Amino acid sequence: MYRWDFAPIWANSDLLLAGLGNTLVLTAVALAGGLPVGLALALARLSGSRLLAAPAGLVIEVFRTTPPLVQLFWFYFGLPIILKVEMTPYLAAALTFTIQSGAFFAEIFRAGIVSVDKGQSEAARAIGMSKAQTMRRIILPQAVKRMFPAMMERSIELMKTTTLVATVSYADLLYQANELAQKTFRPLEVFTAAALLYFLIITLVSMLGARVERRMAQSGEMAR
Amino acid sequence: MDTPLLRLAGLDKRFGDRAVFSGVDLDVKRGDRIAIIGASGSGKSTLLRCINFLERPDAGRVILNGEPVGTERQRAGVSEIRYDEGSLNRLRQRVGMVFQQFNLFPHMTALGNVMEGLLTVKHMARAQAGERAQAELARVGLADKAEAYPAHLSGGQKQRVAIARALAMEPEILLFDEPTSALDPALVGEVLDAIQALASEGRTMLLVTHEIGFAYHMATRVLFLAEGGIYEQGTPDEVLKAPRRPLTQAFIAGHRRFSF
Repeated sequence: MYRWDFAPIWANSDLLLAGLGNTLVLTAVALAGGLPVGLALALARLSGSRLLAAPAGLVIEVFRTTPPLVQLFWFYFGLPIILKVEMTPYLAAALTFTIQSGAFFAEIFRAGIVSVDKGQSEAARAIGMSKAQTMRRIILPQAVKRMFPAMMERSIELMKTTTLVATVSYADLLYQANELAQKTFRPLEVFTAAALLYFLIITLVSMLGARVERRMAQSGEMAR
Repeated sequence: MDTPLLRLAGLDKRFGDRAVFSGVDLDVKRGDRIAIIGASGSGKSTLLRCINFLERPDAGRVILNGEPVGTERQRAGVSEIRYDEGSLNRLRQRVGMVFQQFNLFPHMTALGNVMEGLLTVKHMARAQAGERAQAELARVGLADKAEAYPAHLSGGQKQRVAIARALAMEPEILLFDEPTSALDPALVGEVLDAIQALASEGRTMLLVTHEIGFAYHMATRVLFLAEGGIYEQGTPDEVLKAPRRPLTQAFIAGHRRFSF
């Protein structure tokens, strides 16, 4: 019979927590960068100008359809060769997940924007608002409300996908767990503890998200 | 001679292969109230939407106060008209529109809806825009609904907010695109009253409507659209009471069938 022993994990919890910190930093950076990148890609794709739409579409499709692990390798191993730059695990990870989440966010933004009734932009244009003003003041506020659940889902997915960065030795939670497992010979306990941390963080974020969603619904402004 | 406030000259509009109308000419003088009637698909709404360029006419010019909208230029021997964003935005400030489906901004209060153009287009200070918007709401009888969101307003109230939103921009011409067609019959009256009040102020307006009775009382001129253009026009008495041409006669007869 296997005897569970979590004592070594408690003794080394600072290692796991440091990894968790790195995971959260990377997720936050990828979110903070991915949202504007996604919006820019979506607007480019919807712009009606082929010069903007085609490259934006290409970026979106490439990053949505290729394995994130390969993308990470492109940035970590490929980019330094092409650009002759120094690449750190953190920078490669941040770039990969900013653009990758941007590609997914772009499709969410696009779906949200086109879901807003055409009459909304017509009404805004009819009082003389410019295209940009219409997008910023009328379309996006309504689109973002509708997109929120999908954005939450994608953000959770993002946090879990960042575990791939262990392969380029960025010291995220899973990387630290791996180190600890080798050190303590207790892989089952260590990875279970790591999974528990992911579970706790993501559950907490989901609950916060659900609360925000409820509050938006309560304000009762969505129905027409 | 007086320059007409609005002139349409040889306006064409096609959707794909189908010509909606072609060669439409119209002069609108200050204070004219023009009712546009016709069967579904006769191009009434499209004609109205070409005036503020929610639809681009395929040919012809829209001339506001003697100034043609857009710039004509020759390209490979063919003349074409270019419409730049800025000039269309300026035109739209002078031509207000009220839609069948109201199209209020659902994420803003009634007051916010009316203020929006004042803030973003006229660059008015917030306090001043608020006062102005409140006055416009009061004019359509909705001073007490300023803080209500559209979801909490009846259809008639929504349409009156939409009228206030258009009026706030101080347009020289008002376009009404079937403003009562989406309303419960019981709510039509309050919106027609609001439009009637604007009519009695002497405002210039074009109204696409199925409310033949209202058109008769409100309009100074009636256009009947059919066969890809203005099929018959004249005073309300001429077109609605004694139409001369067969399609107009059939249309009016159809509308009178169930009146009592």
